[in-house]
Amino acid sequence: MKLKSLIVGAATALTMVSPAIADLTFPNLTYRTGPYAVNGIPYADGYADYMALLNSRDGGIGGEKINYIECETQYNTEKGVECYENTKGEGSLVYQPMSTGITYQLIPKATADGIPLLTMGYGRTSAANGKVFSHIFNYPANYWVGASAVINHILSLNNGNIKGKKIALVYHNSAYGKEPIRTLQELEKKHGFKLSLLPVDHPGQEQKSQWLQIRREKPDYVTMWGWGVMNPTAIQEAANIRFPMENFIGVWWSGSEGDVLPAGNGANGYKSLAMHNTGSDFPIYADLKKHVYDKGLAAGDGTSSGQVLYNRGLYAAMLATEAARLAQKMSGKANISPADMRDAMEAFSINEAQMASLGLPNFAPSFSVSCENHGGPGLAAIQQWDAKAKKWTMISDFIKTDAEVINALIAEDSAAYAAENKIKERCG
Amino acid sequence: MPAEFYYGVEVFLNGLMAGVMYSLVALGFVLIFKASGIFNYAQGIMALFAAMTLVGFQEGQIPFAHLINAVFGTEVHHFGWTMPTFLAILFALGMMLLFAFLVERLILKHLVNQEPIILFMATIGLAYFMEGFGDLMWGSNVKRLDVGIPQGGNFWIEENTAFLGGEEFYGFYLDTLDIYATVIAVVLVISLVLFSQYTKTGRALRAVADDHQAALSVGISLRGIWVIVWAIAGFVALVAGIMWGAKSGVQFSLSLIALKALPVLMLGGFTSIPGAIVGGLIIGVGEKMFEFLIGAPLLGGATENWFAYMLALMFLVFRPQGLFGEKIIERV
Repeated sequence: MKLKSLIVGAATALTMVSPAIADLTFPNLTYRTGPYAVNGIPYADGYADYMALLNSRDGGIGGEKINYIECETQYNTEKGVECYENTKGEGSLVYQPMSTGITYQLIPKATADGIPLLTMGYGRTSAANGKVFSHIFNYPANYWVGASAVINHILSLNNGNIKGKKIALVYHNSAYGKEPIRTLQELEKKHGFKLSLLPVDHPGQEQKSQWLQIRREKPDYVTMWGWGVMNPTAIQEAANIRFPMENFIGVWWSGSEGDVLPAGNGANGYKSLAMHNTGSDFPIYADLKKHVYDKGLAAGDGTSSGQVLYNRGLYAAMLATEAARLAQKMSGKANISPADMRDAMEAFSINEAQMASLGLPNFAPSFSVSCENHGGPGLAAIQQWDAKAKKWTMISDFIKTDAEVINALIAEDSAAYAAENKIKERCG
Repeated sequence: MPAEFYYGVEVFLNGLMAGVMYSLVALGFVLIFKASGIFNYAQGIMALFAAMTLVGFQEGQIPFAHLINAVFGTEVHHFGWTMPTFLAILFALGMMLLFAFLVERLILKHLVNQEPIILFMATIGLAYFMEGFGDLMWGSNVKRLDVGIPQGGNFWIEENTAFLGGEEFYGFYLDTLDIYATVIAVVLVISLVLFSQYTKTGRALRAVADDHQAALSVGISLRGIWVIVWAIAGFVALVAGIMWGAKSGVQFSLSLIALKALPVLMLGGFTSIPGAIVGGLIIGVGEKMFEFLIGAPLLGGATENWFAYMLALMFLVFRPQGLFGEKIIERV
């Protein structure tokens, strides 16, 4: 009798904690612990708060509640794959792993399982070729767009001529950090600058050798592909050797408040790429306050609201949920499947009017996705840190990047992937 | 002399400074291992916790604010005052003393006479507990640590050495923070050596390190010694936390500086305070010179971590107890 009661009780409990099957499931592979938590937490908070906003204010999407689940990866690839395997059975519509290493592992798995991946600004750059990567999307920007945006910015500062200039890349010695190298090498050939490569091992707390080398070689510009503690350490070391901060440009993963605040005034003038606007001066924040923060539904303690990575979490969640909304429209049903989601992501487009209606006017560029192009518009902006005001300021519009170089590299890399994995091109 | 030679000297000097920073972390390990035979896995987290506590006191942060706000629906984060650095250091020190007392009372007391591996496992548990507890108490955001020690290349040294290598040489670059760290480390080591050699408590500490049972039989309180040694290790962790935290902010990665201490310990020995210093200097100079001469020009760079462990392993082959460690002979 006791055993029977136990089984019934356990079954009831399981039914209660399991999501209703009609819910729209959005898993989030987060890292709230470990060496990269300082970056992972604000992003995860922004993502979770956007999902909470839709549930609290709108009752979900198209009448379906959002089932938001987090799984902790610690930015560790093995744990990320475990998270994917543990959550894919929940009806997960899309994965945003927030890690290039995890993305590389999930590309074949997710494709085989028919679940789309959205890796905005990270992951495998050549996944922008939708003819080869049917389930992988990396809009609105990718690493090669980032590398080209840095060079274009430097070109704009030098009247279009950077022949003979010395540019150093300080990068996280991982799959992520190595991504821009090929593009920079191609751009080196095209524009005649001299590129030097300076890898920094995980976690990046000790960079004396790299910055002594920079001091010796005196590059005109330094660009950085860093993450976690590597970013503030590099910015501090740059300030220590009195490298001109306005000539130091990080990728969008090296341009958050946590990267510059530890260096104090030394970080003043440091630049980074941006794929969206910064700050909390957007109408969505009034809604977040009313429907999420004031109701005690916020994922964090509120200290990261308006920060770069919090806004990126909002943006990532917005792109995923708007694709789900489109999927409902395209499929004619509220309870969409991952396949519906993938189809919608391929037909996705967003413009200024839509973003303004979502409370995010002038936040990010308009773009559309197609079967061939999963990578978006190839635009990036530059932001600069004001240490006195403790805020980032956008100092450029979203600038065009070198599509000629980037598209050739994407075609080459994706063709190699297709040959290796015997993938037949689609979109014909 | 060509500029390249002077840059080599510059790398050597910076290697020495980096070595001192590694030694600061290694010292904490040595102190606890020497007195109790425990390899303290939590030493890195102790440095992080000490630094977080210091910043928390400096900024007048309310401990467990997030928890308080979540439970009581309040919106409190700061007391509204800031604390002078010296006072904040004293309070942080007090917190590390309390930490040592609690570690002894809640963990070590219950593990007397257990195998070293059990004690090691307990410190792993302690590390994970402290990781979450620290975040809960002070938050997980990056914190700026400023104790008034200037940072950046020392102008005076740069200007007065620039003439050495011609136009291609810009003078020796030495970070002022590293110079301070060196002075502090020297003072710390001298103080620790004097303490262990010339004070009654220090002698008791050495007696416990030599033979627990014999020390107990002459009336030395093992538990008291453990509190003292963990408190001293907590103090050393605070110093290491200040120096490393000032370089790159106070955040979780600060706890990973322990990884830098391991090759130092393998090389210098787990039981020797001078060993931690000499080991740190050898590792610091070795990895920086290797990167300068071979790593960066020939191997693509980022060889420092690899070289440090390889050097330590080479020492292990020829001298398993480390340079200054005690040779342990166990008879069957």
